[in-house]
Parts: sequence; C-alpha cells; structure tokens
Amino acid sequence: MITYLEAIREAQARALADDPRVYIYGQDVGAFGGAFKATKGLAKEFPGRVIDSPLSEDAIIGSAIGAAIEGMRPIIEMQFADFSTVGFNQIVNQAATLHWRTNVPCPITVRLPSGGTSGAGPFHSQSMEALYAHYPGLIVMTPATVEDAYSMLLEAVAIDDPVIFCEHKYLYYHLKAESLPTEAVPTGKARLARAGRDATIVTYSAMVHESLACAEELATEGWEIEVIDLRSIKPLDTDTVLASVARTGRLLAVGEAWPWGGVTAEVIARVATEGFGLLDAPPMRLNAKDTPVPYHPNLWGTHRPTAKTIAIALRRLLAA
Amino acid sequence: MVPAAEALPHTIEPHLMTSESPQRLYIDAFRWMLLARIVDDRIATLYRSGKIQGGVFLGRGQEALSVATGISLRKGDVFAPLIRDQGGRLAFGESLLDCTRTYLGSRLGPMRGRDGNVHRGRPREGLLAMISHLGAMIPVVAGTLLARRYQGIIGTVGAASIGEGGTSTGAFHEALNLAAVEKLPLVLVVANNQYSYSTPNSRQFACADLIDRAIGYGVDGHSVDGTDLGACLDVLGEAVTRARAGRGPQLVVASLLRLAGHGEHDDASYVDPALRESALGRDCLRVAEQQILAERWADAETVATWRESAAQQVEDALATTMREPLPDPNQEDWCALASPHLKDGYAE
Repeated sequence: MITYLEAIREAQARALADDPRVYIYGQDVGAFGGAFKATKGLAKEFPGRVIDSPLSEDAIIGSAIGAAIEGMRPIIEMQFADFSTVGFNQIVNQAATLHWRTNVPCPITVRLPSGGTSGAGPFHSQSMEALYAHYPGLIVMTPATVEDAYSMLLEAVAIDDPVIFCEHKYLYYHLKAESLPTEAVPTGKARLARAGRDATIVTYSAMVHESLACAEELATEGWEIEVIDLRSIKPLDTDTVLASVARTGRLLAVGEAWPWGGVTAEVIARVATEGFGLLDAPPMRLNAKDTPVPYHPNLWGTHRPTAKTIAIALRRLLAA
Repeated sequence: MVPAAEALPHTIEPHLMTSESPQRLYIDAFRWMLLARIVDDRIATLYRSGKIQGGVFLGRGQEALSVATGISLRKGDVFAPLIRDQGGRLAFGESLLDCTRTYLGSRLGPMRGRDGNVHRGRPREGLLAMISHLGAMIPVVAGTLLARRYQGIIGTVGAASIGEGGTSTGAFHEALNLAAVEKLPLVLVVANNQYSYSTPNSRQFACADLIDRAIGYGVDGHSVDGTDLGACLDVLGEAVTRARAGRGPQLVVASLLRLAGHGEHDDASYVDPALRESALGRDCLRVAEQQILAERWADAETVATWRESAAQQVEDALATTMREPLPDPNQEDWCALASPHLKDGYAE
C-alpha cells in the first residue's frame, strides 16, 4: 500500500531521477526530509539536488523563477500553503507573467501542503487554490487521489508553465492505494468519481472523499448521486461538468475553501451561463464558512463541509 | 561587458571595443553614458509630446554608476536593471532598437506591446525584464546563479540594481540573505539617490550608512561616489571581479542625486536645494567629460563628434521604429500559457 504522501515523495524521486534539470528547494526539505516527510531520503539519494533554503518564501520562489529562466525545473516546497502568501508577489507577478511578457516559459512547480486538519488553526489550514487560479498564467492542480498525486506532480514538473500544486494534508496519511499508477489522465480532464442519475456534485481535493461518502449514504435511500472530481481547477473541465449536469439536471458545487469568488462560484457561473437549460433546479454550492479556519476540532468540524453537511445540501437540492 | 557589435551597430569604433586600458574603459563608458543621456532626453521629449504610452523614468545623474555596472559585466553574465539603467542596459549589450521599440509599442520589439518602457528585457540573453515590485528581481538573479551552479557553469556573475528605497523591502532582505547563505556571485548595486520618489532618506532608513548593512548580511561592502565615473568603474570592476572569483555577494552603495523627477510626470520640487548645490548634485556626465578634456584623452571636437554620432543613432533607431506595426488586439493570442495543450478550459 502506498499513501498519498508517499506518492508525492515517489513522484519527486522519479522526477529527480529522470530529469537532471529538476531540483528541490525549500525549508527543511534536505536531510530532515520536510515538515511532512514529503522529501524523506531524497537529499541522500540525490546529493546536491534537494537543498534546505533560508526561511524566505519570496526569495525561494524568486530564485526558482531565475533558475527556470536558465532552463531548470525547480520543485519548491512551501512548508504550508498558508505561507505562500509571503511568496505571493513572486508567484502572481513574476512567474505568472513571465512567459506572456517575455516569451520565456517559467516551468516551476510550487507544492502547497493545503487544507485543514484537526487542530491546525487559522494559519496552517488554508486552501489557496482560488487565489492562484485568479491570476492568468498559472496552472492550479488539486489532486484528490493517490494516483493523481503521483501522476499530476510528474506532469506539473513537465509542464512549461508555473504549476501551483495543492496537495491536501488531510489526505497525506489517510488515503492509500495498492500501487502507483502506470497511466495518467492528462491535466485539464475531470474524472467521473461516481456515476449517478439524480444530481451532480462537482468538487475537488479532500472534498471528493466527503462527497463520495455522502453519495454512499444517499444511495441507501435510493438516490444515485454523480460525483465529478475536477482534478485541476485551472484549467477547469467545463465540458465534463456540463455533460454530467445534462444527465442529472441538478448541480451542487462543493469546496473546502472560502466561498467568496472561489471555485464553486466559477463552476456555477459556467454552468449557469453555458448550460442553464440543462438545470432542473437552481444550482447550489457548499463551502467552508466565511471566517478564518478555527483551531478547535468542535469548530473546525463544522467550519468545513463534511459528508453530513453535503447530504443536507443535497437533500435540499433534490427536493427543489 | 565589451559592447556587442550586433547590439549597437556603429556606436563605437572597433578600436575602442576592447577596454584594455583604464583610459579606454573610461572613454567607452563615457560614450555609453552620452548615448544613454541622449536616448533618455529624446524619450522625454516624445513623452511630453504625447508619443509615449505609460511612464517615463530617466537615469539622469545615475549614468556613471549604471554604465559602470553594465560595462563590468561580460556576455554570459546576468543583469537585472531597474528604472534608471538606460546606460547600464546599453553597456551590457541591449540594442537601441529594443529600447525604442518598447517605448513606442512596436510589435517587433521584445515585449510586443504586452509590457512597456523600462519593463523590457531578454531573459534568455541574461537581461532580465523587471517587474515593478522593488526588490523582486534580486532573488530572480540569485536563481539564475543557483541554476548555473547546478549546471556546472562557473565564472559568471549576476548584477541587480536597486535604489535606497528598495532596500526597505522584504524581498531585498530575503534575497541578499539567501544569496549570502548560498555564497552566490551576486553584485547588488544600490543607487542611493537620496529620494525614493519624494521620500527622503531620513524617512527611509535609520542606519548611519546603508553600506553598514553589508556586515550584517555577511557580504563584502563597497561605497562609491556615484558622480565619479572613474570611481564607479574601479569599484564595480572590483566588485564584479570578487564575485566572479567566488567571494560571494558584493553590496555596492553609491551616493548620488537623481537629476530628474521620479518620472517625467514629477517636477521633484521636494528635493532640498542644498543637495542640488552639494557634491552629490554634480552631473556625472559633465564631470566625466571635463575629466576626459583635462586629461587630454580627447579634445572637445572629438567629444562633439561622439555626441553627434550618438544622436544620429538615436534618430535612426526612432525612425526605424516609427515605421513599424503596432500591437493588434485582433492578432493577439489572449492566453498567458506557454502550454498550448492546456488552453482548453483555461480562460473563460
């Protein structure tokens, strides 16, 4: 069995082995193996290519951009997605604009350990994907499975554009697969995680699993819920979403991030503008509450969507 | 670096292209300064007549420092100029056409109307294209040098320009510290021109002298009179040589005065008149010309022909550029991605 976290480690090992242009730079990623051990053993296996950086998110990202200009393919680990705000300027103003401005691509991969875990609180729990998706020039990946964590990270390194790789910390240890995949669905294609007939849930990352659990529960009542895993939120596979809504007539968009201007809003906007006639009921969405992410498990468990709250929303949608 | 023939046709006679003596180097540098001043003045005139989109920022008073930086670098080095580096750009090898095409929005220029004016560059040729956020280019230069280390390329140097205001940013601190930790061959050139837009040094930093910061970062520090071309050439030459020799980052702080507004929209009425009258307020171009005449390295007539030749090149570049097509929104590829296969589902 291999976990989601091990898949991320294995993808990096393979990228380092396959491509001499790849190196890893970040805080504590060297001999220590990273705060979550996503680079465990890599510094030893690939001497001189897995390097501890100073605690300087702006300079870490900025240096990766410079290295990319020189033809390297850096993988950057932000210790927590939340801290990427300190490197935000480099990501959105430098990396995202470089190719468009100068015709020189910027193939950097920025790994963001994302999302909430119990007790992590306001500054170690954030989901930043919508923020980065807002900026033209970035690819934003949100893998929900062990297979995608592995194959999408390898694809991120190969892509000529800067990739924001939102890996979910909640899935690091919980999620396991039999083995690493040998084939990959390309980025930009969503995945039908569960086929259904009565309503479509469009979601991504850890919320795929809450949604699947919800669909399982509703199946005992006779409802057949379709679950679409977006895999990447930019690009966003509108075609697969519309095809699903065409089958079910009902849409619930679910995201762990805050609601304002986010991925669920984008999904609903696209379906409403391009597939309004497919809808049998007003589309719905469910997000985290619009407050900072709370520390205590009693509050955190209610702050983010769960199978239970998704089920409540779905029942409303099915009754509409 | 030695001026590249293809970058600046007819600027400098071949015998001057090798700066084997200090006197030759001085004259080469002076001629780049002259050319930079003339381009800047011409662009300012075009700006005032409404021919330039966006802002115009001049290097007036900073040419000695800027040219000394550019001329101390070689082909294969990296340079991240800032808004007052017309001289350094030319000395590093940027063509006049890249300049005029970007200011006038020519579709044939390196930025193709997508970015303008001082934001131009050719990153693959070592000339980085600045973003507006001050300090942000320094870690990018550091990254190019890290890459070269990974690639086994030795002996190249990266230089970044910044003003005293930019030293107050987090990016400056993070990048210089990172470069010091990595012992990178970075030459960080601070032009302390006394005002960050309108903010005087008394509101910018509290240390006695910015160069004192070098010891805190664990890097070599060099102070220089930015109005003195000879001093700038000596100090920048030394800093670049030390960086190239593996001595780690070099922090250069030059004292001078910006002899223009922050941009051409700004009359700089906030500048203390006493500063203008002080040694800092000397015009480095005039000082250098006087030096050349006093040392009899050239006579006034020769300097006049250099001036005419530079002016002619600027007019030629402008005339060429003005005949060129402008960006066309109907032909623009409105997608920021380098990966064509990901364009589906990318933009709305």
